[in-house]
Amino acid sequence: MNLLMIIRVAFRALVRNKMRAALTMLGIIIGVSAVIAMVSIGQGAQQSVQEQIASIGTNLLFVSAGAQNVGGVRTGTGDTGTNTLTVEDLDAIKREVPSVSMVTPTVNTRSQLIFGSQNWNTQIQGVSEQYPDIRKWTVQDGSFFTDADVRTAGRVIVVGQTIADNLFPGTSAVGQTVRVKELPFRVVGVMARKGQDQQGRDQDDTAFAPYTTVQKKILGSPRVQVAYVSAISADATYTAQVQIGQLLRQRHKLGPQDADDFSVRNMSDIADAANQTNSIMTMLLASIASVSLLVGGIGIMNIMLVSVTERTREIGIRMAIGARSSAVRTQFLIESVVLSLTGGLIGVLLGLGVSLLIPSLLGWPTAVSTAAVIGSVIFSAAVGIFFGYYPARKAAALDPIDALRYE
Amino acid sequence: MQSTLEIQTQNVGVAPGVLSKVDEAPVVISLDHIHKTYTMGDVEVHALRGISLEIKQGEFVAIMGTSGSGKSTTMNIIGCLDRPTKGHYFLDGEDLSQLSKDQRADIRNKKLGFVFQGFNLLSRTSALENVELPMLYAGVETSERHRRSMAALAAVGLAGREKNHPNQLSGGQQQRVAIARSLVNDPALILADEPTGNLDSRTSVEVMEIFQRLNRERGMTLILVTHEPDIADYADRVVVFKDGKIKSDYRIESPRNAAEELKLLPAVDFEDDDDDSETVVNEVAEQKEA
Ligand SMILES: Nc1ncnc2c1ncn2[C@@H]1O[C@H](COP(=O)(O)OP(=O)(O)OP(=O)(O)O)[C@@H](O)[C@H]1O
Ligand SMILES: [Mg+2]
Repeated sequence: MNLLMIIRVAFRALVRNKMRAALTMLGIIIGVSAVIAMVSIGQGAQQSVQEQIASIGTNLLFVSAGAQNVGGVRTGTGDTGTNTLTVEDLDAIKREVPSVSMVTPTVNTRSQLIFGSQNWNTQIQGVSEQYPDIRKWTVQDGSFFTDADVRTAGRVIVVGQTIADNLFPGTSAVGQTVRVKELPFRVVGVMARKGQDQQGRDQDDTAFAPYTTVQKKILGSPRVQVAYVSAISADATYTAQVQIGQLLRQRHKLGPQDADDFSVRNMSDIADAANQTNSIMTMLLASIASVSLLVGGIGIMNIMLVSVTERTREIGIRMAIGARSSAVRTQFLIESVVLSLTGGLIGVLLGLGVSLLIPSLLGWPTAVSTAAVIGSVIFSAAVGIFFGYYPARKAAALDPIDALRYE
Repeated sequence: MQSTLEIQTQNVGVAPGVLSKVDEAPVVISLDHIHKTYTMGDVEVHALRGISLEIKQGEFVAIMGTSGSGKSTTMNIIGCLDRPTKGHYFLDGEDLSQLSKDQRADIRNKKLGFVFQGFNLLSRTSALENVELPMLYAGVETSERHRRSMAALAAVGLAGREKNHPNQLSGGQQQRVAIARSLVNDPALILADEPTGNLDSRTSVEVMEIFQRLNRERGMTLILVTHEPDIADYADRVVVFKDGKIKSDYRIESPRNAAEELKLLPAVDFEDDDDDSETVVNEVAEQKEA
């Protein structure tokens, strides 16, 4: 008797008991869909980090004041207590490091923007005119401020979409005048929408002004917290990182024993850290989910054992009319694999469905992992074989006469 | 049919050779001093104590005897469901006494057909699929399987009932499905252990009519166990068991003719009736009148 026939026999047997087959599959369905959904969430998080990094640009470097804390790679670290990074340092970097193409300091502050009777509390970043190019962030309306505005510390400001939406609903922001700390600023541009960053912060809730203006007119301090540096190419990033380090050590007159009083980090350092956290989370979630796969397998074994006992007479009949033990064993094994595999496939569909719904329901990005789909299908087949083997062997070992007599 | 039917042996404990001399047909089954002993704990049950028997191709043999005399045990051995403790069993000249489990399964599949008292059909499975089952295990291809099942069901008068499940068929109809199933692999021999045990007398006659037809028209060899002398009278040879031995073995000069008897019984139309429960009721009603 060939395998195809046995598969057919197994299918017929399962179809005869649809309700039970469906309930037995439920464990596997839940297990597989949970694994797929979990992995999708993990992959989604990972992918959004990658996308952000790609959008920021892989040739981006962060130079910040103060020593880097051990193992800590957190964006926006700028030791506000130190004045170890100056505009002159940045000018030197731009001038003397050949692998660097663009530099912008950032001096951040929070302040109230007031327009007419509206006001909006937001982050104001003091940057250079090169900021949009470095961050690969385009201006949607108007234009970014110019190097002349930076030199003259002009009272010009570029706002993010969130600010534009809230302060100037229905009207164009460009050309309007807002007040920051009682000083009037002219809005020259509105940035394109950027969305949330990987920490879930709204990047569009930011306004940009020349760093000179922020330093002199808002903060009253020449301090620079963080600088963004763009290397000439992605390949030159590492060279640039090393050369900036050497230049700053030299300019800060640090001896060989002294630790850096600044830090230079690249995007992949930051990405790696984020990805590592994500992978650990994904693994953890997926392994919790796969426990339910195991429980599903035990459910299959239980039902198959019940089924063998219940169908003793059927087994006797099959043997009497010429089924070999191996055919009976294969039939029950296939029934169990069909149960787990069908459950697995339904689970895959359900998992995919859930993965598609999660972004709109919970606002988390998801990315379906082909490996997880293939893996859980294979795993569910393996569950069927593993947990179906014992019941199948039990069925095959029955004696036809005893089985026929079984009431 | 057998040309020498008139020669009859009524001797008690006749040697198997005596019968074979009178018949030219080849021997299908030969049991040679078969013993079967069951051991239950310390107790030994001697179910068979030296059975020797020859059955030729085309014979219709009824096995009778008191309960516990070893009829079913013998049928199980002939049916390759069980092995003798001692002695030899030849089917078509091949010694089957010591075959492996798989070899016996293959013999059951290809050379033997079974009809049981309790029908033993797969429940929640259509008549057609039940009949197809032995061919599934024989690896017969789909279209051939279908063709042969339809033909077998038609041969037992169940054309049009292919889709019915056992619980939608009367006892007699179920037994006819079982007979169709036993036929499909064209076995050398059909074994029926009390096939009419669960049937009323009219239905029994119908089943016997099918057996007689298979025997006479197709030359099928049949062995049938029964408690009822009436049923044994349809066979052309009777073997009587007692205490695990053969007590007597004789031919029936003029067996009853089930087809003739059915003509005399009031007709019950099965095929044009779609309602099974009604059919059964009709049958019972007819029976009471008779
Ligand atoms: N599996 C078994 N274990 C122990 N003893 C058995 C077994 N099967 C049958 N026997 C014994 O063997 C003897 C013959 O049994 P068997 O079933 O062949 O009788 P039978 O002639 O078919 O009777 P009946 O007409 O009641 O069906 C009986 O004494 C029975 O108790
Ligand atoms: Mg019996």
